[in-house]
Amino acid sequence: MLLISQVSKHYGDAPVLAPTDLQIPGGETLVLIGPSGCGKSTLLRLITGLIQPDSGIITFEGTELSPENILQIRQRMGYVIQEGGLFPHLSVRDNVTVMARYLRRDARWIDGRLNEVAQLVRLPEKMMRRFPAELSGGQRQRVSLMRALMLDPDLLLLDEPLGALDPMIRYELQQELKAIFAQLGKTVVMVTHDIAEAAFFGHTLVLMRDGRIVQTGPFNELAQTPAEPFVEQFITAQREPMAQLVEALR
Amino acid sequence: MKAKQRVGVMLLGFCALLAITVASTVTNAATSAKELVSITIGSKVFTESVILGEMLRHLAQQTGIETHHQRQLGGTRVLWNALLSGEIDAYPEYTGTLLQEIMVKENLQTEAELKQALTAHGLRMTPALGFNNTYAIGIKAELAERLRLQSISDLKNHPELVLGFSNEFMDRADGWPGLQQAYRLPHQNVRGLDHDLAYRGIASGTLQVIDLYATDAEIAYYKLRTLEDDLNYFPVYNAVIVYRADVEQRAPEVAAMFNRLAGRIDAATMSSLNAQVKLNGEAESAVAAGFLKQALNLHVGYQIQTAWQRFWKHTAEHLILVGISLSAAIFFAVPLGILAARRERLGAIVLGVAGILQTIPSLALFVFMIPLLGIGGPPAIMALFLYSLLPIIRNTYAGLKDIPPAIVESAQALGLSSRARLRIVELPLATRTILAGIKTSAVINVGTASLSALIGAGGYGQPILTGIRLDDMGLILQGAIPAAMLALLVQGLFELIERGLLPKELRMQTNEVKSAS
Repeated sequence: MLLISQVSKHYGDAPVLAPTDLQIPGGETLVLIGPSGCGKSTLLRLITGLIQPDSGIITFEGTELSPENILQIRQRMGYVIQEGGLFPHLSVRDNVTVMARYLRRDARWIDGRLNEVAQLVRLPEKMMRRFPAELSGGQRQRVSLMRALMLDPDLLLLDEPLGALDPMIRYELQQELKAIFAQLGKTVVMVTHDIAEAAFFGHTLVLMRDGRIVQTGPFNELAQTPAEPFVEQFITAQREPMAQLVEALR
Repeated sequence: MKAKQRVGVMLLGFCALLAITVASTVTNAATSAKELVSITIGSKVFTESVILGEMLRHLAQQTGIETHHQRQLGGTRVLWNALLSGEIDAYPEYTGTLLQEIMVKENLQTEAELKQALTAHGLRMTPALGFNNTYAIGIKAELAERLRLQSISDLKNHPELVLGFSNEFMDRADGWPGLQQAYRLPHQNVRGLDHDLAYRGIASGTLQVIDLYATDAEIAYYKLRTLEDDLNYFPVYNAVIVYRADVEQRAPEVAAMFNRLAGRIDAATMSSLNAQVKLNGEAESAVAAGFLKQALNLHVGYQIQTAWQRFWKHTAEHLILVGISLSAAIFFAVPLGILAARRERLGAIVLGVAGILQTIPSLALFVFMIPLLGIGGPPAIMALFLYSLLPIIRNTYAGLKDIPPAIVESAQALGLSSRARLRIVELPLATRTILAGIKTSAVINVGTASLSALIGAGGYGQPILTGIRLDDMGLILQGAIPAAMLALLVQGLFELIERGLLPKELRMQTNEVKSAS
């Protein structure tokens, strides 16, 4: 579905992504994980064409991404970012349907599809007329997901989609998101820095550090046969506080 | 689609404004075509010149030819250039000014030489009208009597007198420095001050000797005596009418009419005509007509506009100046601001140029436009247009730049084209800032438009200018108050537009999250 080969990116003199290869099979959920500045968000932004690679090729379903075709290809990708990126001057309905209306889709089709995605993310009908400032953080992310799913994309890209939410809502939304992914059977690429979240969602985890991929594989593989000491450190660093907590409760 | 409607309304507005601009340009062109068979008189920014200008208008109208008078158009340079370019056909001038100021490089000596030089410029000059409005030295008649002062030479014996001269007279080489040298005047106590204040000073006794123009209305009013220039120090400033040579072909009867004024106005008469306007508050038009009846037995019909008629005329002129220049500024500045926000390097240049335009003093900008566009409406509109650009460009730029990158990227990631992003997302979000820029421009524009009267474009500046000339606070307020009201009105108008145009959720952006998940 998505093929990344020898893609690299510099900002000025600083390399943010070393030449990288990655293959994302269809129907899978792939999670990019790593500490801040490891290049995981850069990789996601390269896939959406928001930034251009310095070298290498990205192929989406057999088509090489180029500035000429990126607008068409983006219609087949849904993109959700941390704070939702909703347009503050448009209502929920207008935010979700903006692209469909721009493409002059049939009004009845738009209404039907809007209902579908609203039910999918369990957003009540009465919210449709509200504006982003009148929504809670969790509701905003639901709307953002609706907007990403509106045109029924083949690929869903999520950049720290739950990063700004408080723990309870985050937990609730994690459960729902996973159910939605399973139900839709779409290819998903998600960026997170939270190892538990990565393990929860990802068929495959891609651990990155300093602009390169350290290890790719299911969580079990990363935990049991770490390719580098860093892999173990990264997993332990996030597990340790919880372990101490469990210890204290005994 | 809401956003689309909004943009539609904006576009519609722009189109309407553009239509107005085009329409008014066409009307302007039409009027200038008509001027070929009409006569336009000009006058300088002081009462005597305006009265003489009115006389010329009455005289030309006697022949049945359509005549306009561009009152108090500006200073010597503005009128001279307007005459050369044919924007006006005639104006009152002084031989001293022609010899010493306008054609000083040609070093002319006699009136015959002057006439020759004028012919070379395609101009004609009437014989002297009969008064010499040169500088003079004045002193209270009563004091002159007591000290037995007849001529400037007599001042030598009274070094204790306090002298007060207008700032211009103090500075000019042929003013006080030359006068002191020529007459060997011993006075130490010499002050520079405003000409109008000098009269008050002499009335209150703080000054004893001042400079004045020979036909000043105040000479009689303050009971002054002008001391004889016994060494013939001051150059002669004989009043004449200069007019374009082609008037003799186009309207020979008008040229003949102008020449009828030759030798008919002596200094005392001119002084009294000035006094009728300046001290009694009579209209220049009426005073000029009165003189023509008495001196030439001409019965001229004239209309004096009522205060309301003048008010509406000035309002219309002001609105046209502001309306056209501001709409054109919006029409150009918003796209320029968008360009500046999209292309960093080009943006720096655009903002830089607009910034430099803004630093040009407004009066200078108006005058710069005269060689390019002549006098009247077009140069004033151009100057106002240039002056209104920066706030709108800068706010459009800032408004677009201030949109959070997450929102811009979201729009990009959806697959919206660059143009669609601008229309659906970026411009609506920048509306508030852009409108604030337009409001600033509008208020600056309304205020600055008052200066347009200085280059013959009328508007509320006209009564202000006349008020300053006649020292009439009431007249000044007739221009100043409507100008201030208009500025407030325009601001209020844009606030209404803002309310209509701005989406509800941006107006209540400060309201916080209401409902929970």
